Amino acid sequence: MAGFFEPGFFSSAPVHVALTVGGIVAVVSAVVGTFTVIRGQSFAGHALSDIGTAGGSGAFLVGVPTLYGFVAMNLTAAGVMELIGIRRPRGRDLATGIVLGAALGVAALFLYWDTTVSSTTGATINVLFGSIFTISTSTVPVVAVLGAATVAVIAALYRPLLLTSVSYDLAAARGVPVRLVSVGYLLALAVAVSLSSISIGAILSTALLIGPAATALRLTTRTGLAIGLAAAIGVAATWAGILLAYDSAAWSAGQQGWPVSFCIVAAVFACYLLASLRTRQSRHQRAR
Amino acid sequence: MFSNFMLNTWEAATIVAVVAGVVGFFTVLRGSAFAAHALPNGAFAGAAGASLLGVNALVGMGVFSLAGAVTIASLGRRARHDVATALTIVVLLGLGDLFLSRTTEYAPEIYSLLFGEILGVASTELAPTAAIGAACIAAVVVLYRPLMLSSVMPEVAEARGVSARRMDLCFLVVIALTTTMAVPVVGSLLIFSLLIGPPAAACAFTTTPRQAIVVSVLMALGIVWAAIAISYLTNLPIGFFVGTISAVFYTAGRGWVFRRQTRTAPSDPSRP
Repeated sequence: MAGFFEPGFFSSAPVHVALTVGGIVAVVSAVVGTFTVIRGQSFAGHALSDIGTAGGSGAFLVGVPTLYGFVAMNLTAAGVMELIGIRRPRGRDLATGIVLGAALGVAALFLYWDTTVSSTTGATINVLFGSIFTISTSTVPVVAVLGAATVAVIAALYRPLLLTSVSYDLAAARGVPVRLVSVGYLLALAVAVSLSSISIGAILSTALLIGPAATALRLTTRTGLAIGLAAAIGVAATWAGILLAYDSAAWSAGQQGWPVSFCIVAAVFACYLLASLRTRQSRHQRAR
Repeated sequence: MFSNFMLNTWEAATIVAVVAGVVGFFTVLRGSAFAAHALPNGAFAGAAGASLLGVNALVGMGVFSLAGAVTIASLGRRARHDVATALTIVVLLGLGDLFLSRTTEYAPEIYSLLFGEILGVASTELAPTAAIGAACIAAVVVLYRPLMLSSVMPEVAEARGVSARRMDLCFLVVIALTTTMAVPVVGSLLIFSLLIGPPAAACAFTTTPRQAIVVSVLMALGIVWAAIAISYLTNLPIGFFVGTISAVFYTAGRGWVFRRQTRTAPSDPSRP
């Protein structure tokens, strides 16, 4: 036990905050992510974490808290993506790409100004990779409230959203306001992604949004079950990654430990590979 | 603006724009925007790894972007393509983060890899850029007909004996090569904008594939040249100009399509 949890793991305050925020973000990402995977909008989910950088660096420039910059930019970007509004997945990726390209250009400008104004080269790296161990305690309530709001939106939209995601035409024929549901979903996605990318970085944001949900959807076809499973996998992978990162710092005495984003990504990817091995095997057995 | 050290920049940018215009047309046609974003971003992991091992950055980027292409193609065979791409990009970026934490001297260069520092192209970088760029164009020329068929009508292509999977892998390898060529000189943001913006706009203005490729190359050249000139004069990052000019071109293209549709007939709402 002592070798498994290096000393100080349970008493360290940054670890507590990391476990709490990581857990909340993993659950919110799993709920939203299940629909992202079903709808085939992984690119939008990932792009928003990069697009938010433009808002974050802009907010930094004018001295507003970066979270507001992230949320405002992502809500705008989600709106533009929906406005270009393309139902075919191919064209939708293109619309996402155009918005992403423009936003990254703006981010390049803002980051350039940020560095000339206040000489913080660290800003780029911080936004991209984030650091779960340096979250301040004051962000925990904000993350919790915004996360709860996102989950509430998805819960309220659950049935029409599921129908729209599985069959757009059927939903439209049934009188579901498909456009409105899609906008609602994209806005929830925008908030969820801003939340996760600002607290744990863009890499982990995408990893937790897509990885657990894709893994769960390999194991079950029932959406409700998949959401629960994705949340469980996401939280487990996040906590295992945090533990691994913490332990590795103790193992490699003197040297820097492994980065936490790498550890969590590795855990998420391992889950996905295991799940796809399992489905392949069961398909093989059924074939016999 | 045309002094000696700037000449390299103009030449490198011209090569990149021509290749991006050609390869980008198929990227847009196949809807591979996500892969075009993922591979250049992942390539930076290769650069970080190469600096850790003390190898040439170009080799690291080549290895990593090719590995990324193969991973997307093999994971994407069973799962959805976008999920495979998302997982590949986070794994590549996670590895990049790991490599970066093992080395101390690399950090300031990330900005230039992500956003491009086109004003500092060394003349030794020109030869590999030109060689890989030529290989990309050659690959597209050789694969032109099967690639086109497989992109537009995958079922017909399968019936004709063109494997969609193999075409997919081939095309991802072409994107990987384009990435390797472009990222060291112009950065991953720039190559992504060039692979998507000009071809998407060109498709709106033209009717045949060949026309679209020509217009897309011309637009890419126009955007890059304008961006270098403005960036040189204003001293602002080039990525900003490439990104925004591309978006303006695309918006113009959409506006053009919209006007044409409303003028002629009741439009088909399912058209992109």
